[in-house]
Formats: sequence, C-alpha cells, structure tokens
Amino acid sequence: MLLIRCPYCGPRAEIEFRGGGEAHIARPIDPAATSDAQWADFLFFRSNSRGPHAERWLHAYGCQRWFNAVRDTVSDRITTTYKSGEPRPR
Amino acid sequence: MSAQPYRLPSGGRVDRSRPLNFSFDGEPLTGYAGDTLASALLANGRALVARSFKYHRPRGILSHGSEEPNALVTLRKDGGRVDPNTRATMVELHEGLHAESQNRWPSLGFDLGAIADVLSPILPVGFYYKTFMWPASFWKRVYEPAIRAAAGLGRTPELPDPDRYQHRHAHCDVLIAGGGRAGLEAALAASADGQRVIVADEQTQWGGSLPEGGEAVQQAVAALRSRRNVTLLSRATVFGIFGHNHAGVLELVPPVSGRDLPRQRLWQVRADEIVSAAGAHERPLVFADNDRPGIMLAASARMYALRHGVAVGRQVVVATCGDSAYAVVRDLRAAGVNVIALVDVRSEAECPDAEALRGLGVAVYTGHTILGTEGRKRISKLHIARVNSRQSIALACDALAMHGGWTPAVHLHSQARGKLRFDDALDAFVPAADPAGFRSVGAARGEHLGRFTPVRSLPTTADPETVKAFVDFQNDVTAKDIGLALREGFESIEHLKRYTTTGMATDQGKTSNMAALGLVAERLNRPVPQVGTTTFRMPYTPVTFGALIGAHRGALFDPVREAPSHASAVARAAIFEDVGQWKRALAFPQPDEDLHAAVRRECRAVRETGGIFDASTLGKIEVVGRDALEFLNRMYVNGFDKLPPGRSRYGLMLREDGYVYDDGIVARLANDRFHVTTTTGGAARVLAYMEDYLQTEWSDLQVYLTSITEQYAVIAVQGPKARSLIQPWLDIDLSDQAMPHMAVRAGRFDGIPCRLFRASFTGEIGYEINVPWGHGAHVWEMLCERGAQVGFVPYGTETMHVLRAERGYIIVGQETDGTVTPDDLAMAGMIGTAKRDFVGKRSLARPDLIAQGRKQLVGLLSADPDLVIEEGAQLVADPNQSVPMKMLGHVTSSYYSVNCGRSITMALLAGGRERLGQTVHATVPGGFAAARVVTPVFFDPQGKRVHG
Repeated sequence: MLLIRCPYCGPRAEIEFRGGGEAHIARPIDPAATSDAQWADFLFFRSNSRGPHAERWLHAYGCQRWFNAVRDTVSDRITTTYKSGEPRPR
Repeated sequence: MSAQPYRLPSGGRVDRSRPLNFSFDGEPLTGYAGDTLASALLANGRALVARSFKYHRPRGILSHGSEEPNALVTLRKDGGRVDPNTRATMVELHEGLHAESQNRWPSLGFDLGAIADVLSPILPVGFYYKTFMWPASFWKRVYEPAIRAAAGLGRTPELPDPDRYQHRHAHCDVLIAGGGRAGLEAALAASADGQRVIVADEQTQWGGSLPEGGEAVQQAVAALRSRRNVTLLSRATVFGIFGHNHAGVLELVPPVSGRDLPRQRLWQVRADEIVSAAGAHERPLVFADNDRPGIMLAASARMYALRHGVAVGRQVVVATCGDSAYAVVRDLRAAGVNVIALVDVRSEAECPDAEALRGLGVAVYTGHTILGTEGRKRISKLHIARVNSRQSIALACDALAMHGGWTPAVHLHSQARGKLRFDDALDAFVPAADPAGFRSVGAARGEHLGRFTPVRSLPTTADPETVKAFVDFQNDVTAKDIGLALREGFESIEHLKRYTTTGMATDQGKTSNMAALGLVAERLNRPVPQVGTTTFRMPYTPVTFGALIGAHRGALFDPVREAPSHASAVARAAIFEDVGQWKRALAFPQPDEDLHAAVRRECRAVRETGGIFDASTLGKIEVVGRDALEFLNRMYVNGFDKLPPGRSRYGLMLREDGYVYDDGIVARLANDRFHVTTTTGGAARVLAYMEDYLQTEWSDLQVYLTSITEQYAVIAVQGPKARSLIQPWLDIDLSDQAMPHMAVRAGRFDGIPCRLFRASFTGEIGYEINVPWGHGAHVWEMLCERGAQVGFVPYGTETMHVLRAERGYIIVGQETDGTVTPDDLAMAGMIGTAKRDFVGKRSLARPDLIAQGRKQLVGLLSADPDLVIEEGAQLVADPNQSVPMKMLGHVTSSYYSVNCGRSITMALLAGGRERLGQTVHATVPGGFAAARVVTPVFFDPQGKRVHG
C-alpha cells in the first residue's frame, strides 16, 4: 500500500485517497472554440508514461482536497506531492 | 521420565517443572513448557507424524522452523475450532492441545493410500495431464471429483471459525525481521540513538540459530527490552513486504487460560527502513529413500537437543557435504546425544575436523556416500559406501541428521523488489544490492555460513530410474521426476516448477528450491544463474484468512446505514433492500400480503389518498457563497439565473463527455445559498466531483460545499390529500398560491425547524419535509399514525419505483448507463441554451452524440397486458431474423402498474422516438414478446395532478 504525503495533512496510507488520473490537463478555457479533435484529445488521450508521472489524487477520507503527485510508474515511488495549481516540479 | 523416552536427562530451555498434557491422534502424551509440538513428539519417540502428499509415504519431522514440509497436523480444539495444515514445528505446546495427523486412512501407521507408493512407477510427474484426458465428458463428472477427493492434505473446517483475530497498525523507523544474532545486533545499533525499532521473530525464543540462548543473546534481549523505543514481537513472522515499506507481520498469540485473547494478530507496519535478518535455510541431502521418519536437518537435530533437551535418536548418524555438520556433532555429543558416525561425501583432505572427531570416538567416513536407508516407520539402517565403490557398509541407526549446505533466506529482499546475484562460492542466490529502504544482514545476506561442497544428489551406483531420492518433500518430487520433466522439455524453471509442483504448497520450497535448481543446472550442464530462480512472492509463510479478515466479518464486514424510519419499518415488518450501505424499506406488506400485493396496495393508496416515504438517504449538498449561482450554472445543464429564492428546479448533471451523471433538485434558499439533492448512490461521488471542479478548474470561484446528507432527514408525503395531512403541524401556508409546485420554504413542523420542499417523484401533490436527522423518526412516526386514520400508507422504494415509472420519471443508473445524453432522454429542453459553457456542453456537439439512430428513451406496452417483460430484456424489430440478431436496445424499467391496470415498460431503443406506434419484440424466457412503442408516460399524461 502506497504511503502518500498529502500536502495539507502529511503522510497517510493509500486507502484514504482516490486517484484521479494524469495531472496538468487543463480544461480548455473556451470549450466551444475547440475542434472535435482538440476536445477529444482533452477528454480521452493521456500520456501513459513509463517513469515519472504527474497525477491527481484526492484525499477523500481526509481533508477532501485534490493535489498532485509525481509517481514513478515503474518503481511506484512517489518523489513529490504538491498542491494543485502549483507548477509541475522540474 | 519414561513417558518421554527421548528426553535428555538434563539440558534445554524447557521448564521440566511444568509438564503439559497433550494428545496426538488421540493418544495422551506429555511434554514440557517451552516445547513445540514437534519437540514434544520427538521427546515421546514419535518419528512418524505424517503421510506424504502424493505417495502417502511415512514422514517425520524434517526441521525445527517455518520451512517444515512434512510435519503438518490438524489442531482440534473445543467449539468446532479446527486448524488444518499447521506445522508442528511452529506450534507452541500448551495444556490440552489435541493434534491429529493428516492424509491417512484408516490410520497413520496403516494407510491404504500408501498403495500410491507401490504404484509410483505408473504415477510419474505429469501423470494427471497425461492420463485424465479422454473422454472429455469425464472431465467434470469423473476425473475432477476423483482428483479433488484425493488432493490436499488437511481438511477444511466446516464450522465458522469461533476465534477472534486482531489487526494492529504500527509505524517505526526500523523494522527488523529476525531475532537471531544479526537481527539483535541490528536492533541494538538502530535503537541506540532513539529510533523506533520493531523486532519480529517467528520463534518463541530469541537467538535464531543460537539455541543455547547464550549470554550474549540474553544480554541483547534484556538491553532491548529496557529501551522504550523498542518493540519485541516473538512468534511473529514478517510475511510480506508491500509498496513503500509497508510490511505484514503475523503474530501468533499463545492461549492464556482465563483470558479472551485473539488467536492471531496481523500487524501492518510502516517502516522507514526494513532489515531482513531472516537467516538461512539448511538444505537436505538428496539420496535414495532420504525421506524416512528419523531423517532430519542437522541444525534441527542440534536445536532439539540444545533448546528442548530432546535426543532425536539413540544412535544418530550425521551425513554432510559441509563444515557446519562438524559443530553439530560436537554439540550433540556435548548435550548427551549418542552420535555414532559422521558420513562426509567430501574427501578426507576437504574435511579438516575429521581426525579430531575420530579422537572423540565418532566413526568418521570421509569420501563416502549414502546408497540407501531402511526402516518403515523409522529409519533403522543406513547403507553407505566409498564414492564409486559397490562395497557397502550398513550402519544401524534410528536417526540421521543431514546437512546439504545453506540457502540464504532472500524472500523478503525479493519481495522488496531487490535483485539477486548468484554467488558461486556460496552456491546460492544472495542480494545483489539493497533496494531503497531495505537491507539484508547476516546469513540472509550470505554471511557467516559454513563452507560446503554442493552435491546435487549423492553419488550412487544404483540405476537412477529405480531410486526415490526426494528433492521436494512436501510435493513428493524426486530427482527422477525432475529428470523426466527435463526430458519432456520443461527446461524453464518456471515451467518445471508448475509441471512437477516442486517448490509449491505451504512451505514454498524453502528446503527444496536450491536442490531442484542445482539438479536442473547439472542435468542441462548450465551454470545455475542461467537456469534462474522462481519468483519469491508473499506470504513468506502461510497466513490464515482469519488474520487477514480480522474483525471485518459478520456485522462488522461493512458499515450499515439506517434511515431514520428504520426501527419503525422493522416494527412494521418491512421488506428491506440494500442500496449501497443503506438499508431501505422496499415495501410494507400486511400480514397476509406478499411483496407484489403490498406494492399494488401501496401504489393504489398513494394515488387515491396518500403515502409516506422516507427519502432521507438522498444525497444533500449545501452550496454557499458569492459565486454559488455561477458554480451551479456550470455544473448543471440547467440555467438557474431566473430561479428566485424560495423556488427549486429539477437539475441534470453531465460528465465532461456529455453523458448523464446524476440528477436531483436544486433549491435556492437565498441569493447565495442553495440546497441540492443527489441520487442516494451518488451522494459521495457528486460532492467529490463538484469539489474537483471547484478546487482544480475554477478555484477563483468563492463557493463552499458541505455534505448535509446526514444532517437532514427527509420524510416525503405524497398524494391528493398530502396537504391536509401535514398542514396542521406547519407554520407555513401550503395553499397553491402561497406554495406552488417546486416552492421551498423554511419553517417549523410541530415546532421542529424544517425546510419544506414542494416536490413530487410520484406525479401527485408532494411535500418533502427536511428536519434535523434526530427528529426524523419522530416526524415519520407521527405522520404514519395520523395518516393511517385517513387512509395514508407508509410506502417503500419498490412502490416509489413503480409510481415514478407511471409518470415516466427516470432513475439515473437505471434509465441511464453512462452512455445516455439529455436528448436521448428527451430532456434536451431543460438545457440552458443561453449558457456559454457547462460541464459536458461541448461534448453534446460531438459527432457521435448528435448522430441519427441513437438509443432513446421510450415506453413499451406489451401485447399481453399482464406480461411484465424482464428488465434488461433485449429488443429486436423482427424476431424471425437469423442470428446473430440486430439488437435495437434494451428494457430499463418494467413493472405491473395497478393504477394503469396493466404492465408498463421503459426502454432505450435505437431511433426510439421515430418508432412510436411501431411494434418491437423483447426477449422473454422461451422466446419473444411483442410490445408497442409509446411515449414513456403511462399515467396522468398531462401532468396535472402535481398541481392539485
């Protein structure tokens, strides 16, 4: 079971959280202005990367806040977590 | 004490002042406090304790630890407690313990199953796969039952487990697996500067392979005990390493009479660092008939003598290919065990201590091999010969202690995703590099192990095809079987494992894996690392389901949520259904009614007079803040700009992909305050969904969301006489002018503060009385009592479903399945067209969502008005077309409606609104039933009744 550091509450067990998929996929400001292809890209396409992966987590059974984590999809290690809205760490 | 003929006159760390009575296969025996079941059986001279898995060969105790492959017993206790496949070596002896042998009939001494051993030439490896093939019709009815009956060792208990299991969670800086020398040293070092340390050891006594419990061990344990930052867990096995240094530890709790202790504890430990000090496993030697009772591992023979004061035999021979056996001989003799001979397959020059042992009076045979053994229920004779010589020497003996080298226990290292490296000098896999947060110490790392010359099978002059030299004792796999599997092409070690079953079952090949691997390497003439090793998976040793489940069974399996009316509904003999964790009343049958009769009566009563319904399980969210209106405009398809305070509207919520996600009522209490409801099942996820948008997409909006699901009980009163029933208790004017349909008011109900919604999910005049949860039962009961006098009935969810279907109201999750758009439901009209954006809006213009021929919600009227087509039934245009038929859709809701006098059906049908008036055919048991496509409103088509 992963140990996830909620940026608001500190390290907690994975069962308190819910995953939310890839992070930093902003909803288009004006969806009406997007083409079908752009909108489909936003809705359905994800990087499915091998290695470091920025992803969303919800501390569902805690503070109920969404935040982001960088998790290595090979080793399952979480290198960092940060508040949503903050830039992806380099 | 003659009762324990193999107990040494002195020595050992058992308490001879505390004899314990126990029984084995019904025979009363005694042992001492400090014994294991295995040591007590040995003290009583019990060499034969089990029958083997396949051939039913007599078997004894091989080891003294958790690697034991042979000595599996069933423990039988009072109250139906049965514990099969328990390793006798890991059972702490206690007063009144009853153990039984397994896999034998009629008795351990005379087992008819042993015929398999005689028939073994026709039961080779892969026998099942090769034999039980034809005819195919025999697979299920003949072969499988027969194989199942013969398979397995112990029998599964038939009664529920009456024992209690506990879960503990712990956090520490360092978790140490193993309390031998290396583990204790690591614990002393780690705890010296205040780090929180947990040490777990599977044995009852500390010291690992140091059975004498020497002073160093005692001092170390005492020092650790004195440190408050150290937790010592004995009888506790670290069985699994999971992600992020999360470890599973199974602790056996010894029974203490008069105390209600759990039987086992499952510890979940989160450690910054995990140290494996798991030691090493001794390898058996592979030679003809190496499995007779009385043949055991050398270190175990030493352990029984030094820790338990038990001689494993009266004439003991030790056989070896390594140095460690020499110390065993010395220790056994010092303890008073009569070791008569040592057989070492290595040459005299490789055995530096041979001459010294001869000086002690031990016959040392260097350069000798074992040709075979004799003895039925216990070894009686050993045949040895100089390597490559046919001239054999017979040694009379009643025990043989063997040493085939060491295998470091790298299981936990592998579970922690550590890579392995083959060490030629050790002839074993050792940790290549420590994974992050994990390290191995001592023997588990390959350190401090005695030197040995690996011998895959002892040399023999006999025809290998006639020899039963066991590699895997638990699965009855011989060296011959491995040879056969290789000849048949199973060269991959993973294939070979599954074909021969070597390394499987409860011991997971702790004593046999390296022997099998070595044999394969030797036969294929490849280096061992090229053969590879099988994967080490958790659990390291067997874990009972009881321990994993812990307290989470019966009433504690899952939380139960009860509506405010629950006790009253129980008293009224309601039938309940589970809706998520909620218990909801399905209907309230009278004594002479079944469910159907009750639903018909309730449906009729609601439309004639009125009914009372507990809707408290609905999700409720309070949306507050400066931008609450803007937020709801973005979350729902509807436009709420023109919704004044005191009014509510049915709201539809989509996912971003354009499909219906949830529905409910959005009520405006004040300019910046809304009370919205969700479906019962959607309560938690809709709140999380709203929070997601609020926190991550529109964090500039000033809105606060609060779940009030369990703050407000909701008692719905529905029916033409609803107003007159509730008006006397309310300080709110209920007249149509003052409170029209969809109005919302705050006031008091019988003095209780309430939010009153005029809302209807039945098509009748309806009110939903929201009161603080704790008052819900009171309001419910009051309404039911007064209502009963004027013809009102309490009704349940099944009646609610029928009534809403009569009016064609959808249920999200029943009429929708995640692929249904508002237009599919003919609800496109409620979309706020003036809105620039809302969740899902852009997707509603996706080509597939505006395509012709989408499935649309329709009503169906079956040709036979009494036929209720099943929900889920498929729809086709022509039942006579060839298969596979073209499916046009499916039935989503279907009931018998007493108010319509016939069955009513809702369905999703391709191009449904264009098929109005046409006939479609629905699958029914045995064929098809014709039904006419209609608009999905079956009662009060003008919708006048809600307005009174």
